[in-house]
Amino acid sequence: MSESALSRVNLFDSRADHASVAVESPLAYSWQRSGAPAPSAASRVVLREQTFLGHLILRGGAIVLDEALREVLDIGLPGRPNTLSWDVSGERSIQWLSPDEWLLIVPGGEAFAVERRLRERLADASFAIVDVSGGQTLLTLEGEAVPELLMKSVVYDVDPSHFPVGKGVNTVFAKATVIVRRSGETRWELVVRRSFADYCYRWLLDAGEEYAIGVER
Amino acid sequence: MFQIYCPYCEELREEEEFHPKGQAHIVRPANPEACSDEEWGDYLFFRDNPRGIHHELWVHAVGCRKFFNVTRHTVSYAILETYKIGEQPSVTAEPAVSESTTSTDDVRQGVRA
Ligand SMILES: [Zn+2]
Repeated sequence: MSESALSRVNLFDSRADHASVAVESPLAYSWQRSGAPAPSAASRVVLREQTFLGHLILRGGAIVLDEALREVLDIGLPGRPNTLSWDVSGERSIQWLSPDEWLLIVPGGEAFAVERRLRERLADASFAIVDVSGGQTLLTLEGEAVPELLMKSVVYDVDPSHFPVGKGVNTVFAKATVIVRRSGETRWELVVRRSFADYCYRWLLDAGEEYAIGVER
Repeated sequence: MFQIYCPYCEELREEEEFHPKGQAHIVRPANPEACSDEEWGDYLFFRDNPRGIHHELWVHAVGCRKFFNVTRHTVSYAILETYKIGEQPSVTAEPAVSESTTSTDDVRQGVRA
């Protein structure tokens, strides 16, 4: 690893002041403004925001990125379009976004260290890593009515027979765009842009009303 | 429901996720300095407007955000194939009358209607 390769990029820990600076999730405004209906026994969909995770965009050749990721996080890069995979703990995921672009999501506070280790491992290969943690947030939707809720919201076919666990697509959600992922039999995830988070949240509350949607905080 | 096959996502996706970007396979002159004004103007501003087969550039704007090519029939609007950037089209001529329902007669009627 040459020092020169690392010194070409401005790598800094965007969460370094986490202890002294109050952080707000993209939904902070929505909690105040729109509230959060508590889940009940009748809830067929339960929404939860997975706040302050590390989101990294990896770009480059699949082979070099795959080798680096296996070494650093022990996850293989998904090579098939519109798929994602998790590490053994299930806490870290890597998703195909485009033939040369993947989204890596790691637990909060890990992004800086992971980015640094990937950069060291990738060295002079042709690649790009961008920390987009502040720009988007992950929502989980759990319950048997989630596909019905999504059918009203996205243009993609989310019928469970067409959308197996481990699939993830970037698509149109209402008048915005989101990434839709299925992480379990009745568990789905939405990656929502910060600027659209309030809109998507209120859309979900409205569309989920008939399934008695509840929000866990 | 109108779906387009994205050669990068390798599946049919809703038309809402795509944008057309004009004529495909426009080659930039190798030596712009040596071009006449007419040649350069042709390259920059003038596009084909055929009746029939047309090769176009599209982008999967909301999906993988990759550009790709579409061969489209400008009369029937039928998409005949989609293929990746850097590849050549396999459909370059009107299908023969006996082979397809898009016969010359149908095409003419489509125009009249
Ligand atoms: Zn695509």
